[in-house]
Amino acid sequence: MPVRFEVNGKAVAVEVEPRLTLADCLRHHLRLTGTHVGCEHGVCGACTVIVDGAAVRSCLMLAVQAEGAKVVTVEGLSHDEGLTPLQASFRKHHALQCGFCTPGMITTAHALLSEEPDCDADRVREVLSGNLCRCTGYISIVDAVLEARAAYKRGGERA
Amino acid sequence: MRTVNSFIGSPIERLEDLRFLRGRGEYVDDLSRADVLHAVILRSSVAHGRIRSIDTSRALALHGVHSVITARDLGGRIPNVPMRLQPLPDFEPFAQPVIAHSKVRYVGEALAVVLAQTPAIAEDALEVIEVDIEQLAPVPDRHVSAQDKSLLFEEKGTNLAIKFHAVRGDAAAVFKNAPYVRRESFRVQRHMAMPMETRGLLAEWDAARGRLTVNGGAKVLFFNRRTLARQLGLAEDAIDLVENDVGGGFGARGEFYPEDFLIPFAARHTGRAVKWTEDRREQLMTLNHAREAECDVEIACTRDGTILGLRGHAYVDVGAYMRTNGAVGARNVAQFMSGPYRIPNIDIDVALQLTNKTPVGTYRGPGRFETDFFRERFFDIVAEDLRLDRIEFRRRNLVSKAEMPYSIATITPFESKDEFDSGDYQATLDRCVHEIGWADKTKLRGKLIDGRYHGLAIGCFIEGGAAGPKESARIVLEPEGDYSVFVGSSAVGQGLETAFAQIAADALEVPMERIRGVFHGSTSHVSDGYGAYHSRSIVMGGSAILAAAKEVQDAIRAQAAKRLGCTPSEVTIVEGTKAIGPNGKSISLAGLTNEGISAEGAFLNKRHTYTYGAHAAHVAVDPKLGHVELIDYVVVEDCGRIINPLTLRGQVIGSVVQGLGGAFMEHLMYDEHGQFLTGSLADYLVPTASDFPNIRAVMLEEHPSPINPLGAKGAGEGGIIAAGGVVANAVADALRTLGVELRDLPLTPSHVWQLVDDARRRATAE
Repeated sequence: MPVRFEVNGKAVAVEVEPRLTLADCLRHHLRLTGTHVGCEHGVCGACTVIVDGAAVRSCLMLAVQAEGAKVVTVEGLSHDEGLTPLQASFRKHHALQCGFCTPGMITTAHALLSEEPDCDADRVREVLSGNLCRCTGYISIVDAVLEARAAYKRGGERA
Repeated sequence: MRTVNSFIGSPIERLEDLRFLRGRGEYVDDLSRADVLHAVILRSSVAHGRIRSIDTSRALALHGVHSVITARDLGGRIPNVPMRLQPLPDFEPFAQPVIAHSKVRYVGEALAVVLAQTPAIAEDALEVIEVDIEQLAPVPDRHVSAQDKSLLFEEKGTNLAIKFHAVRGDAAAVFKNAPYVRRESFRVQRHMAMPMETRGLLAEWDAARGRLTVNGGAKVLFFNRRTLARQLGLAEDAIDLVENDVGGGFGARGEFYPEDFLIPFAARHTGRAVKWTEDRREQLMTLNHAREAECDVEIACTRDGTILGLRGHAYVDVGAYMRTNGAVGARNVAQFMSGPYRIPNIDIDVALQLTNKTPVGTYRGPGRFETDFFRERFFDIVAEDLRLDRIEFRRRNLVSKAEMPYSIATITPFESKDEFDSGDYQATLDRCVHEIGWADKTKLRGKLIDGRYHGLAIGCFIEGGAAGPKESARIVLEPEGDYSVFVGSSAVGQGLETAFAQIAADALEVPMERIRGVFHGSTSHVSDGYGAYHSRSIVMGGSAILAAAKEVQDAIRAQAAKRLGCTPSEVTIVEGTKAIGPNGKSISLAGLTNEGISAEGAFLNKRHTYTYGAHAAHVAVDPKLGHVELIDYVVVEDCGRIINPLTLRGQVIGSVVQGLGGAFMEHLMYDEHGQFLTGSLADYLVPTASDFPNIRAVMLEEHPSPINPLGAKGAGEGGIIAAGGVVANAVADALRTLGVELRDLPLTPSHVWQLVDDARRRATAE
């Protein structure tokens, strides 16, 4: 069936099976492969995208449910050249190794900091506890998100 | 003249991050091909049985299904998954066929491959394949296995794959007259690496050229290409195995699995591109499991705590088959039970018992995590028995600097001798005591504060690295004057491109920007490669880059000499940008040749490096809930030479947290029928961001390794190895006044609660 929505500021129209997840639609129909699929049962958070401002697991949402929505993926949070303050903070703190969970971490952290730029370390940990990482041990990720708060307080990085 | 570079040792931000952070990484499932067939695999839901029939007719009738491959389609001869490490003839009868053909031996074993237009259609087809399996008595654990009543391989007459034997000195003699002997049993549960990216393969067969290209390779691509070439009857150079971005390895990803044959076979069989992406449930039941080990050991000491000997038996549940590196963990349990300690007399055997469970393989710190838990837990029990200070007991028995190189127990069969290369093990223990603040915290031990008992523990470890025999690198001076680096080492997410660029830039004396790229893993880059395992990449690949740098500089001098009209030895390369002759005449390296200058180098090595150190933990245990909070955790390790402190810290802390997962929560469970019970991430729990926020790492480079030009030691596993033993001792220390008897992992809340409850019942009974 047809579905129309907005991805990273661009209108898209795709013909999909009703059972297709938003994650697979983004990856395989729209070729936005920055969104990763880790578990397909909503636990690992690798597939997190931002739908109408909220962090959402795109493996638990059907593509047809995105009708009319504004979807932002990790690609939509990136500058053409260089890194955003959040991404640069991840790099500085070595908050990623294999990079597979990273898009979900970035989108989750972006949604959090956009809403709560004053959140404390416990809140960051609580929110990120829905995203699994097998490489870093998380400490560097929490540090990276905490340091990136300054950029959001200035209102410099809203999707 | 510029000063010599020192990128080595600097916390250089990673080159890889620029693509990963912006969603521009390229993992195998990100690849697409026109007209591709999607493969989905039908897996056995029965642990042990004889296949009567597989009826695929209803699946084939579904619209969009191209074909279904079963053992029958392989043409009579079903290839086996080979042993990559310790390829003893003893293991051959227990090899795994790439597809089940007469029996199934674990839940998850491949029975058929469905090829269809979409993965969804292929999954629909799985539902309508009718499989008839005659169920046989399951072998769910090592005890049933050892009875040899129900046999996985009837023709062998036993479920015992092999026994390894670790020997040093004369244990029998020393136990005869030992002043103090104690015997204990310990157990570690089955768990696994679980990389975040599941496996995937994309195979393409070019019939006209007779060439096969397989994306999705990882870890050991050259070995896997040799294996696949032999199985398919192709020349090695007719196959390209390509390494994409890899979402974590930890020992498990990249070994040769049945799918590494089945998907390329399907591509050749159909003449179409075939893509397969593992789902999480498949990963949990088919990727190598690990760690399920038990021991029953005795220690002999003097009354002042000098260890005289260690002897006994260990048992490893290896699952249904022996494949690729499935013997390494068990071997290490026996060989490294002595850890960094001087134990003059050792006699330990380890039985590799087959069961109807997923086959095992290496997982970061293979055998070492298990055996460190056994040993360090045992040491705390012994120290308490002898009324000795736990730190002093360890300090007294650590191998000293003066004893280096120090020989450890020899393993048979597949004789393996080994020795520690260098280090001051007492120094890292003392530093760790200081860093955790032992003197201040020791007054908290066993204290009940706000409803929780506090405990403290410390333990020492060694981490082997740098497996030989060889690694290769090639460096190209591009026509424009930049350098490209090609290595046989593989990247599994550990930041190899950055570390290798640092090493290459220092060796070539150029800024890092002049290293155009580090190209790794794929079989097309160098003539021969060995890959990423046994914490070998920095030592082996890095040293190969040094060798290649020297070779390319020689080649540049030779080429420049022709242009400058002098001999090569008279040419000086300055700042990696120009060559100067004896009369001061210089030419730029950019444009020196039209095609660039390429040179290959290799590093050969038969010895191992040993990173070493100590871990300490402070915990608070809630006896009512069984919850353990990790209040503080410190790692001190010396890895000889630090290439990049930023990425090294990442390895150490990430590795500790994986170890804490194994210590506290991760458990692959089966029922008594061999049915797999933990097929989702809601069942198989791994650490999250809120679990272990307090971990510190102190990284030292006091004792460079004498066996490689970098002085580096493999350092990816030290964090995980000691974690289980140290936190178990800290929990036991916290609950010491209750008299808990802690001998098993994992320390889940229910297990800790049970330990407390058992201790109270015993106390009441007395």
